[in-house]
Amino acid sequence: MEFIDRIFSTQSLFWFLSFLTILSALMVVTSKSPVYSVLYLILTFFCLSGHYIILNAQFLAFVNIIVYAGAIMVLFLFVIMFLNMKEDEAETSPTLIRTLATGTAIVLGVTLVLAFSTVKVAAFNPMAFDSQVGMVKNLGSVLFREYLLPFELASVLFLIAMVGAVMLGRREAGDRHF
Amino acid sequence: MDTASWIIKALIIVGVFAVTLLIATYSTLAERKIAGFMQDRLGPDRAGPFGVFQPLADAVKMFFKEDFIPAQANKWLFIAGPCLSMLTALMTSAVIPFGDTIRYEEQTIAVQGVELNVGILYVFGIVSLGVYGLMIGGWASNNKFSLLGAVRAASQNISYEIALGLSIIAIIMSAGSLSLRDIVNQQHGFAWNIFYQPVGFIIFVTCAFAECNRTPFDLPECETELVGGYHTEYSSMKLGFYLFSEYINMFISSLVVSTLYLGGFNYPGMDWVYAKLTALAGDTTGHNLATLIGFLALFFKGLFGVFFFMWVRWTVPRFRFDQLMDLGWKALFPLAILNIFFTGAGEMLGYHGFTWIIVGIMTILAATNAVKAPPRKMYPADV
Repeated sequence: MEFIDRIFSTQSLFWFLSFLTILSALMVVTSKSPVYSVLYLILTFFCLSGHYIILNAQFLAFVNIIVYAGAIMVLFLFVIMFLNMKEDEAETSPTLIRTLATGTAIVLGVTLVLAFSTVKVAAFNPMAFDSQVGMVKNLGSVLFREYLLPFELASVLFLIAMVGAVMLGRREAGDRHF
Repeated sequence: MDTASWIIKALIIVGVFAVTLLIATYSTLAERKIAGFMQDRLGPDRAGPFGVFQPLADAVKMFFKEDFIPAQANKWLFIAGPCLSMLTALMTSAVIPFGDTIRYEEQTIAVQGVELNVGILYVFGIVSLGVYGLMIGGWASNNKFSLLGAVRAASQNISYEIALGLSIIAIIMSAGSLSLRDIVNQQHGFAWNIFYQPVGFIIFVTCAFAECNRTPFDLPECETELVGGYHTEYSSMKLGFYLFSEYINMFISSLVVSTLYLGGFNYPGMDWVYAKLTALAGDTTGHNLATLIGFLALFFKGLFGVFFFMWVRWTVPRFRFDQLMDLGWKALFPLAILNIFFTGAGEMLGYHGFTWIIVGIMTILAATNAVKAPPRKMYPADV
């Protein structure tokens, strides 16, 4: 029983999930086929949802799955399945891409290291932590009481984006019917 | 939790799993029997009395067929497709409250896999994942027809998920909770949500049909246009998994509809039955018996839902794809938003059944349209 408890403890779950998250995130970048990349990205989102559940933020976990894994990634897969990526590979020069990618990665890495070394994490008291803070009831009251204006502004932003997408996708009077 | 409650919980989970699989197995027989009944023929009756061994015979046939993988197919994804389809179909039942509670030695254990305070979001999340099985299978087949079927399935599922989610929001607004158990407990006795949310119920059921890819929304496997749809290249038990997951989805979505709108394990006169049973068999046994009856009530509702799915399949013809999209985006989506507005207004004013106004308005509109419409003419020569 003790052995089982240790296997299913939050800490070992955290390490396992972190390992899986980083592994699948690396596979997103290194996979040859874009379809595999998208599938690994979906796996990454699942692992992140697992982290949210460990943090007792169930609402965030499932919204993450619904929005990212369930909707956005389906559209990614949709587009990638229709584009035949194999033909495009020969057109771009691999050396240029590799040089640029390495340069960007080095710049990003240096920035991250500098940022982490200068920023001080606020002191954290595990005794004062409220484990219910991520529950949907608390989240809702915080969102609609303290952050009502940003929330509503974000919804307006989404509405504008939706109208824009509809405008872009609309067929004009003389357009071809595909 | 001690060992006994662990064991009871494990038994409940295994029981739910077994029941789901058994129902799905016999749904295949029931489908053909009902088809036979609707078309005035017998249906399968060779294997055993009344054909009760037909599912077994089908399974044996499926297993012994050649397990074919096309030469240019992506082998791993080709195998992963049906597995994912099956996995997502089976995952949903974890949060459905199958019954009230079981009492055992001073403990009460809920008849439910997991009591989640965002249960309805879990269901919605798993439903939105269901499309991956079809898409991956269809793409990995390396067949244009399969790909088109898969893409159709994906666009159909995404489109109807929106109306589905919006109809759920109306339920959440009136219930004030995301937990399925809370939603069921609020429908105690005969206070079912269908009487307060008639429009939401219709939207939800329609979307459930579309999400299960059942007729009249079975465009992803439209034989006349797409050969066999996303499973054109599949054979043997991989095809079996695809077909089987459809039947599991049917049963589970009937259970979800029952839970959200038809009272779940509540039934009229349950308090009277509970009082009688506890008086007859004592507190603990009576409580457990009442839970069992509640479970049977939910089970019966689920089975009726499955029958309803089949009834519609053999009654209503298939939509055209543009009609399907029009229905989803231009009819159900605005209707669901209207439903949310009316539910919100009703909650503010304190009237629960406020959405009946939508039903009234739509009935009046339909009646005036029918009166105003010119008489129908028949065009025998017209195509």
